[in-house]
Amino acid sequence: MSLAFGTRKGSTRKGSAPEGSAGPTDPAAPGPQHLLRRKRRREAARTLAFLSPWLIGFGVFFVYPLVSTAYFSFTSYNGFGAPSFNGLKNWDYVFNQLPTFWQGLRNTLWLVVVMVSLRVAFGLGIGLLITKVKTGAGFFRTAFYLPYLAPPVAATVAFAFLLNPGTGPLNHLLGELGLPQPGWFSDPSWSKPALTLLAMWGVGDLMVIFMASLLDVPKEQYEAAELDGAGPFQRFRYVTLPNISPIIMFAVVTGVIQTMQYYTQAIVAGKVASGIAGNSGQSFEPGYPSGSTWTLPQMVYNLGFQRFNYGAACVVALVLFAISMAVTSLLLRRRSGFMASDD
Amino acid sequence: MLATTSRRGRRTIAALAGSAVLALLSTACTGSNDTGGNDDSAAGKDVTITFWHGWSQDNEVKAINDSVAAFEKTHPNIHVKAVSNVADDKVNQALRAGGDDAPDVVSSFSTNNVGMFCSTKAFIDLKPQLQKSGIDPAKTFPAAMLNYTQFKGNQCSLPLLGDAYGLYYNKKAFAAAGIANPPKTFSEFAADAKLLTVADGDGYKQLGFMPLYHGYESTTEHFLGQYGATYFGEDGKSNLASDPTVAAMLNWQKGLVDQLGGYAKLEKFRSTFGEEFSAKNPFHTGQVAMAIDGEWRTAALAENKPDFDWATAPFPVPDDQADTWGRGYQTGTIVGIASTSKKQAASWEFVKYLTTDTDAVVNFANAIHNVPSTVDALNSPKLAADPNFKTFIDIAKNAHSGTTPPAVNGSGYITTLQNLGYDYESGKQSDLAAGLAATAKQIDTDIAQAK
Repeated sequence: MSLAFGTRKGSTRKGSAPEGSAGPTDPAAPGPQHLLRRKRRREAARTLAFLSPWLIGFGVFFVYPLVSTAYFSFTSYNGFGAPSFNGLKNWDYVFNQLPTFWQGLRNTLWLVVVMVSLRVAFGLGIGLLITKVKTGAGFFRTAFYLPYLAPPVAATVAFAFLLNPGTGPLNHLLGELGLPQPGWFSDPSWSKPALTLLAMWGVGDLMVIFMASLLDVPKEQYEAAELDGAGPFQRFRYVTLPNISPIIMFAVVTGVIQTMQYYTQAIVAGKVASGIAGNSGQSFEPGYPSGSTWTLPQMVYNLGFQRFNYGAACVVALVLFAISMAVTSLLLRRRSGFMASDD
Repeated sequence: MLATTSRRGRRTIAALAGSAVLALLSTACTGSNDTGGNDDSAAGKDVTITFWHGWSQDNEVKAINDSVAAFEKTHPNIHVKAVSNVADDKVNQALRAGGDDAPDVVSSFSTNNVGMFCSTKAFIDLKPQLQKSGIDPAKTFPAAMLNYTQFKGNQCSLPLLGDAYGLYYNKKAFAAAGIANPPKTFSEFAADAKLLTVADGDGYKQLGFMPLYHGYESTTEHFLGQYGATYFGEDGKSNLASDPTVAAMLNWQKGLVDQLGGYAKLEKFRSTFGEEFSAKNPFHTGQVAMAIDGEWRTAALAENKPDFDWATAPFPVPDDQADTWGRGYQTGTIVGIASTSKKQAASWEFVKYLTTDTDAVVNFANAIHNVPSTVDALNSPKLAADPNFKTFIDIAKNAHSGTTPPAVNGSGYITTLQNLGYDYESGKQSDLAAGLAATAKQIDTDIAQAK
């Protein structure tokens, strides 16, 4: 017992064996190597015991669904009865016979590149501005953070009304100013930018994280840079950015993962703008207008739950998984060149 | 320090990455089993069955509960536990899982899932029960309704009230435009739509008709109901490219779009429409003078009382099919018995009552302003049918009325065709023949893949 819980590494010495263990003169007694191995096994078992709740959760909620998804991707399965193995048929169908897959992939990647970049830049910009504000910082902090708390469906419906090309106040204002009035959610060219605007409106989460990191940058570094003659841009480039780069990386990685799962806002905007919202029994395939808001997560739902083709839905889910992991790995590899050194 | 943060960060981010995609990957499933489900209800033993339905409005829930109560009165040993406001997604999950909490009897507002319910045997085939009860489906139910409740000979569901689509028109606008009667053919319709359209700068003060496929009920399948399109050939393959009525419908709609101002102008006007199922519906507000809609609109208009007189008529038909005027598109609610149910005998008694008892069907139709789903109920003197509602009763009775047939992949083929419609009306697709060929091919590919 004492070996398992009371003995530190290297504390078992000759002549001071713990109670119950064999003495050094006993020919049948295990040698020091054996004791060490036993101790390591016990330590491993203890570590495993502490980790087991997480391991069980990881196995049940991650490994099992992942393996199941991979398995179903090679089967014909409609949710009822037993799945039957069909080789690479689903993969061939998704990649070669389903043009909407490539449209969904293009849209999803567009959102990943544009929406994530702009959200990070905008969140950082707002964070920088608010940390500089002398009076009313609390008000601005609250004003910029509150939209993040709005439920995604409610926020999207509100934006769809605000940006309604016929009755929305924004287009009315643009018209008064003599500016072009885009079709926003009703125009294939403007629907993704409109979704990006919505995402930037709810940038409060990133703003708070960036503010915390900005306030954590040592003032001495700014003072030293100023003494060396660095201007505001150089201080930002050579002091601020290196210090907050881990936070930027975090924002980018989590942003990429979230955007790869982009579903709610796109489908709600499409439904509201297309006029099919709340119309039970009527067929609706997401992506309005002209497939411009069609993303891969919507395709997973559509294939699996509207077209009862679970095998193909699993293929798309695996593609999303692979892209998410690849982008994350790439970003983390590139990170070493982006980070401040330890020296 | 940063190196440590880096390693931790990587692990954290890797964990986040894994967790984030988890939701996309979770597709739980279990198989279904046919339990037979003979209970002792016929011998008088008390049996309680669970009935899931989608009705949620107070008047609807009261109406279905009244039907349940009437059934329990005539079948004192069968008790029905009715569960309201159940969506199709939940139905599908429950049918897969089975178990004590799963429903015995299920209704769905959508006919889209019938192909899947039948082909997977999630619902039992009701033919033996119909035969045993001496019910001839062909003589009991209107043809279109019978069509959308079966799949390849498997009658796995029955119609439980229906919806029929017809023309609503603003009598005040008609009088102002000098139009005496509602149009019967598409050429008359196009002329009336033009006469009824009143420009207002770049927009409209009043539009004769909103032809765009996003114009609420102006959908491809509703328009094709006026042509009698069949969608699939004898071999089960899509015949959209070979059936000339499909191209004719798409061209007719495109012509109407161009005649009334073009896609962009109409789409901008469409974006000013209020919610379809509200008093802001463009027909209620007078923004459009004619609309294609279901029979339920009669109740909504009676309740909202717009400041003009309105009336209904069958929707016009193509000029070369003028003799079929009176037809319309039909769909409706379906009801079936779960194959996982262990109380199928009692469930059948309940389904039989709901779907074939003339008084039960008529009372339910009167209460929620839907079209009755049996031939006898459509002809019942107890049916509350004012002239405007009677239009839809007649459409349901019309032998030329049609529907969209069930498919193994739900409404996939309808939305694929709809997408072509969107592209054609907006000008994105100009070669209709090529578009139809590609659409038919895609439909066949999707169905083959889903089998």
